[in-house]
Amino acid sequence: MRLLIKGGTVIDPGTGKVVEKDILLADGKIAKIGVNLNAGSAEVLDVSGKLVAPGLIDMHVHLREPGFEAKETIFSGTRAAARGGFTTVACMPNTNPVADNAAIISHIKNTAFVKGTSNVYPIGAISRGSKGEELAEMGDMKEAGAVAFSDDGMPVMNAGLMRRAMQYARMLGLTIISHSEDKNLSAGGAMHEGYMSTVLGLKGIPSSAEEVMVARDILLAEETGCRLHIAHVSTAGSVQLVREAKARGVKVTAEVTPHHFSLNDGAVAGYDTSTKVNPPLRTAADVAAVKDGLADGTIDVIATDHAPHTIEEKDVEYELAPFGLVGLETAVGLVWTELVANGVLTPLQAISKLTINPASVLGISKGTLKTCADADITIIDPATSWTVDPEQFASKGRNTPFTGRQLKGMPYMTIVGGRVVMREGILL
Amino acid sequence: MGLSGKDLVGLQFVPAEEIKLILDTATPMKEIIKRQIKKVPTLRGRSVVTVFYEASTRTRVSFELAAKYLSADTVNIAAGTSSVSKGEGLKDTARTIAAMGADLVVLRHPMAGAAELLARTINAPVINAGDGAHEHPSQALLDLFTVREKKGRLEGLKIAIIGDILHSRVARSDIWGFTKMGAEVRLSGPATLLPQGIEKTGAMIYASIEEAIADADVINILRIQTERQQQGLFPGLREYSQLFGINTERLKLAAPDALVMHPGPMNRGVEIAPEVADGVQSVINEQVTNGVAVRMALLYLLTGGGNQHEIAH
Repeated sequence: MRLLIKGGTVIDPGTGKVVEKDILLADGKIAKIGVNLNAGSAEVLDVSGKLVAPGLIDMHVHLREPGFEAKETIFSGTRAAARGGFTTVACMPNTNPVADNAAIISHIKNTAFVKGTSNVYPIGAISRGSKGEELAEMGDMKEAGAVAFSDDGMPVMNAGLMRRAMQYARMLGLTIISHSEDKNLSAGGAMHEGYMSTVLGLKGIPSSAEEVMVARDILLAEETGCRLHIAHVSTAGSVQLVREAKARGVKVTAEVTPHHFSLNDGAVAGYDTSTKVNPPLRTAADVAAVKDGLADGTIDVIATDHAPHTIEEKDVEYELAPFGLVGLETAVGLVWTELVANGVLTPLQAISKLTINPASVLGISKGTLKTCADADITIIDPATSWTVDPEQFASKGRNTPFTGRQLKGMPYMTIVGGRVVMREGILL
Repeated sequence: MGLSGKDLVGLQFVPAEEIKLILDTATPMKEIIKRQIKKVPTLRGRSVVTVFYEASTRTRVSFELAAKYLSADTVNIAAGTSSVSKGEGLKDTARTIAAMGADLVVLRHPMAGAAELLARTINAPVINAGDGAHEHPSQALLDLFTVREKKGRLEGLKIAIIGDILHSRVARSDIWGFTKMGAEVRLSGPATLLPQGIEKTGAMIYASIEEAIADADVINILRIQTERQQQGLFPGLREYSQLFGINTERLKLAAPDALVMHPGPMNRGVEIAPEVADGVQSVINEQVTNGVAVRMALLYLLTGGGNQHEIAH
């Protein structure tokens, strides 16, 4: 099967170039990149006026399978990914049972191979059951296909265990992804601690709950030489800690979610449970600091922390609702509206944080447009405005605080392994 | 003139002129309470449902008597906390109440935002009788009413609120209410019980209780819950009493005619000395009476009073 992507503006973070070129895909690989390529027998996709990027990678999603299929499945989650322009996702291990052994990792990979629309890379748990008590079989999981380790959703409170996990991960050459949260400081909290939590009467989660753990894990990474990735950075203090660590050579990377650079804690007024996320939406000053961190390269990756829940779980009192929102299908629009259109990032920088940078953190050969690379391509229409309508989501989750939000920039086409899987919002 | 909103979830967004309307309406209501026959036909044929997910005899009885004095039919639902923990209690209860044709619902709930959730769910007016640490507007309105009745005004008064501000919905509603009406609100309590950013509400924070109550026209003393000590938010009741308890010595720092208020129930000897609670400056019992009057005004105004009814005689 051959496809010729013609007339688009090619953004390749691998070369750092943005040029008008055609791309020929053949047999699931990128066959040729050049000017005025001859279509021959290939189907021609005219994408004039659109941006052609490597397939986007979301390194932080919750596919909920096995165990929580009412919230999401690998089938529905990867369709949501494709609809959002993501050709590859890495899924967190907080399933039931927890993905803390090779069997579950293999199960996820096999299910994704059979039912997945996008590529799926499982992340294994750091500790057995993500209980933070003893190391999971990390080597075994690597053999089965785990690309990183995290107890996401649960912090590793025991610093000794985290230190050993980092020593082990370093030996295996994989990254530890830190869910940075001190449970003693965040206990019972439902939103950011500050003026808004005071007014709303909700127990707050202080910024320090995140920052003390970011600091701890940076020190441990510095000591062990392990590659550390800080998930969902939300505070100005965390950004600064990562910035300083990078400056002194610590092997640390960081990610931010679209909701943390698009919303502040003022969004919680009205008690919309879609705004209940962990870490919580922070202040306007934190949002500004996160954007600064994106702009100066302190924050390497944009990841959604896509966390679907059922309507019944979220349609309750704020304190009772679970944390999390769905992000796969609004990410590109938010990146373009909040970051690119506002000049925070260039299109090349934005694409880098959605492709080559997460690929680098995970150590996977994705995210570039090299010849012979996998034919994973995302085509973005930067000019189209659209309105977020959760009823259109392919995800089972409807829990988004962006309902009705007008966004500029939408995923126009998603190509996985040389096959068009989404076109203009329609899954094929 | 009536109230602009369907519900009374809090005082944060209620304009000063509507607060004044409620207080003005409560004045003739109090006159009804003093009569030998405390019943007027104003809300005859209307139903008021009180839904209490937390035990609160004082507030529940106050609302029920207010409804009965206005001839409304009342029923109380004491919802078990077990259904709350299952996460489906409130909305299910709301739908049931709506289906039964309630004309007004009074909700007490341990979680902030519950009243707003209920107000969004049903068409009947909802009065928040306390939701978590968010707001307790009818308590604040009775505080305002009591102060205005005793002092003849609210504007320019110095109101000191002492104690556990962090968990107090009364404090939050009082801050909105008193500051809107032109009073100065001062807050003092243990540092661990003063919430972040509270000064942005317009209230002033005092580390020293003595400075907070100096020349104050009103001292509103909040209840200390012993469970807060168990949570480690302050070291002990004895120390609390010494540092923040209001006794006769501290009371002397306030204006000579300062009012002593407490939303009750009191921990005598902890946040308030018995001789202060029962002293000549205490208006704590009058707060209880005024609570019924203010709640009568709220029921009247939220069920269409001012438009369709006159206060009956």
